Amino acid sequence: MTPFVGAFFSLVSALLAAAPLCAQTYIIRNATVMTVSKGTFKGSILVKDGKIAEVGEKVMEPAGAKIIDASNQYVIPGIIDCHSHIAIDGGVNEGSISVSSMVDIKDVLNPEDIAIYRALAGGVTTANILHGSANSIGGKTLPIKMRWGKSAEGLIFEGATPGIKFALGENPKRAGNPTGRAINGQAQQGRYPATRMGVEDVIREAFNDAKVYKAEWDAYDAKQTGIPPRKDLKLEALKEVLEGKRYVHSHCYRADEILMLLRIADDYGFKIRTLQHVLEGYKVAKEIAAHGAGASTFSDWWSFKVEAFDAIPYNAAIMQKKGVLVSLNSDDAELMRHLNSEAGKAVKYGGLSETEALAMITLNPAKQLGIETRVGSIEVGKDADLVIYDKFPLSGYAKVQKVLIDGTVYFDRDNEVSARPAKQAQKQKLIDKEKQQRAPQGAATRRVGQ
Amino acid sequence: MKNLVTALFLCCALALAQSHPAVAIHNAKIVTVSGSVINKGTVVVRHGLIEAVGENVAVPSDAMLVEGEGLTVYPGLIDALSTWGQPGAAPAAAATTAGRGGRGTTTATPTTTPTAATQAAAIPARGPEDRPQTTSWVKIADEVNSTDRRIETARGAGFTTAVTFPTRGIFAGQGAVIDLLTAEKPGEMIVASPVGQYISIARGGGGGGMGGGFPGSLMGYIAYLRQIYLDAEHYKLVKDTYAKNPVGMTRPEYDRALEGVLDSPRILLPANRLVEIDRMLHLAADLKQPVIIYGGRETFRPEAAALLKQFNTPVLLSMRWPEASRDADPDEPDSMRTLDTRDRAALAPAVLQQAGVKFAFYSDGLDQARDLQRAVKKALDNGLSREDALRALTLSPAEIYGVANRLGSIEPGKIGNLVVTRGDIFDDRTKVEMILVDGRKYVPAPDASPMGGRGAASDPGVK
Repeated sequence: MTPFVGAFFSLVSALLAAAPLCAQTYIIRNATVMTVSKGTFKGSILVKDGKIAEVGEKVMEPAGAKIIDASNQYVIPGIIDCHSHIAIDGGVNEGSISVSSMVDIKDVLNPEDIAIYRALAGGVTTANILHGSANSIGGKTLPIKMRWGKSAEGLIFEGATPGIKFALGENPKRAGNPTGRAINGQAQQGRYPATRMGVEDVIREAFNDAKVYKAEWDAYDAKQTGIPPRKDLKLEALKEVLEGKRYVHSHCYRADEILMLLRIADDYGFKIRTLQHVLEGYKVAKEIAAHGAGASTFSDWWSFKVEAFDAIPYNAAIMQKKGVLVSLNSDDAELMRHLNSEAGKAVKYGGLSETEALAMITLNPAKQLGIETRVGSIEVGKDADLVIYDKFPLSGYAKVQKVLIDGTVYFDRDNEVSARPAKQAQKQKLIDKEKQQRAPQGAATRRVGQ
Repeated sequence: MKNLVTALFLCCALALAQSHPAVAIHNAKIVTVSGSVINKGTVVVRHGLIEAVGENVAVPSDAMLVEGEGLTVYPGLIDALSTWGQPGAAPAAAATTAGRGGRGTTTATPTTTPTAATQAAAIPARGPEDRPQTTSWVKIADEVNSTDRRIETARGAGFTTAVTFPTRGIFAGQGAVIDLLTAEKPGEMIVASPVGQYISIARGGGGGGMGGGFPGSLMGYIAYLRQIYLDAEHYKLVKDTYAKNPVGMTRPEYDRALEGVLDSPRILLPANRLVEIDRMLHLAADLKQPVIIYGGRETFRPEAAALLKQFNTPVLLSMRWPEASRDADPDEPDSMRTLDTRDRAALAPAVLQQAGVKFAFYSDGLDQARDLQRAVKKALDNGLSREDALRALTLSPAEIYGVANRLGSIEPGKIGNLVVTRGDIFDDRTKVEMILVDGRKYVPAPDASPMGGRGAASDPGVK
């Protein structure tokens, strides 16, 4: 290390004293590196200042760098889940109304949700945190990084374009209960819409309002005098969609409703960024590709509801071959922990290459979320979001050994396993302490009336 | 009796009909809170105000003399967030999540005016425009009533003052600082109003209010708060413009929900977990509103205290320390997080003190003197000094609500709210001799003692 670099290094260390791990330099040595974008080879990765500094068969080894020996192990870019509902406090749906674009997932991130840590243990480093699918137009959404231990603000993928959730089909039309009959003895309020036609109408009406709202604001912004229009959070989010400042991620299943949504977007002049689930996407893949929408689908899940009867496991591969940008998602805190084996299924169904399959949980979702300059592949200059597996990553037998985000180790399997007995003992101690305190110990009279 | 008759003659003010023109407590230990402790001194209260306090203060000839030998005088205690003075009201409490404990909350049918929440039950709200669960315009000062039986119990525990709030709905309404008098006219009780807007946030369930009306999820509640403050800002702008020159301008529609919001000098936001504290502090900053956090269960975590310090935000600490549920399945232990919270919760006041965060205690539904005393004792056992505990029940709440120029300490010119005890106010065996509220003397039931301890119940006070 040159003196200059050394000085810089200590400066960075001083600046980041609150998060001392950030400035750690790592060398991941002798691994099978699956870069996704630039092939697979045996070599090493230099991680510095949170970024990938060097990748190759041989890399510079600065003094003071911490060596991670990954002989016989594999390194892939951090997994990106384009559809997740973890780390949300107090409800995933604002289901009371059909257009709930005023609500924002960003307001209710819960950095203490254990699902974040478990997702890390499954190699996930970034996830698109979505509002639920109860409404035709749902809440505002955003991608986060799995920075376990950081505050809510610390999770947010800085600079990423925020999104909004749309939903089509059975969920927004209240499958089975459009009229609001009682469930479990509790009266339910009926809510428009009750059909797919109604879903289309709700979305069109909302954008009619948004266009009027946008015109009002555009007129005001042009002259900047007088009283500004009232700021309406619901329409503000849709105005951002019209302006291309907010991505639309739409839950959908059937081919007809997919085409319906693409027509709405064309009519109102905005783009659908991703179609989520999109199980009948293979039927309309050309139209999806023509619109430029991405598709984020399941590997081989089907028949779990009426609109999923026509799903096929070849969906991902067919859409990809027709020119659609495809990712595989979890939509579930458990499935999220083994997206690697989900990607593996795309090799079996549809004959994708291993790299193409791996891209469906790394580089492709990064592109769909507009964050591919930061994450999604192992390239110099990108964020050091890396996962080390003990076996071939697309195998069901592969276990995550270490996960780095921004060059910081957020999950270490050895530490996790070895810390368990101590954690258990600590917990037992508290349980025993509480039991002891609850025992009478001759102070029975003090408990009277409690 | 003779003194009382004299007083009636001397004092024309009807409001003071029951009190002596002056009361002097002589040769007592005086804990002023704002200044140093006077080991042997005199405090004189006249016409409801503290007239003089000090070592060498002469006893006025017209004053009723209380021989203070062996007695200690404290400022009257303040319940920083209360429903006292509202007969039948349910206690104010932070919207809770976990670890509340097994102690049942006594809920009674509230007798306050029907809220928008109840009126609107037939038609669920379809968005922020419907102003769901909002009665922001309600001023509790208009509803306070001294027939609340808890007033006497609270006085017996040394409380002379409560900051009482309406607590139903999202924007429940505006609170008032009240003196715990048995007053003929409720208006006599009001010290300051309005002192803040009580906001509650219920966490939504998994389904998120399917059909129950907006908002049905936590993010819905927060979106509503954001929208209403945007609306209030816009409303004010339009109103002010119209007031300046209404000619040729469409008159703005009157919105009582926004009127209530604009009237409130500060907001009270609930937060118990570290995550909630972080969230609410950032939210209040976005809303550009002065804020008080209430609940504060996880403020024992240094990160939480540091955040409160960073945002320079006071916190009201619930005196109901979390306890294990009595009905919990012994084979299903709570999470480490919950166990740890229960273990360390009572460290909160000491941690906040250390971090330099302003805090006050609130009763949170406790109204039995012995329960309040036990709660303070737990904080003392966890490192809080007696001085700081006293401050958190006197001067700190007065400062938090901006009424420290009249309440919270024993200083000339302040309101004559005093507690006179035999022994240290936080000791088990201490006995309340008398309480002065607005200079009016109340003698607790023979068994009462400050904050509980001996006699508040039939419990002999096991040490």
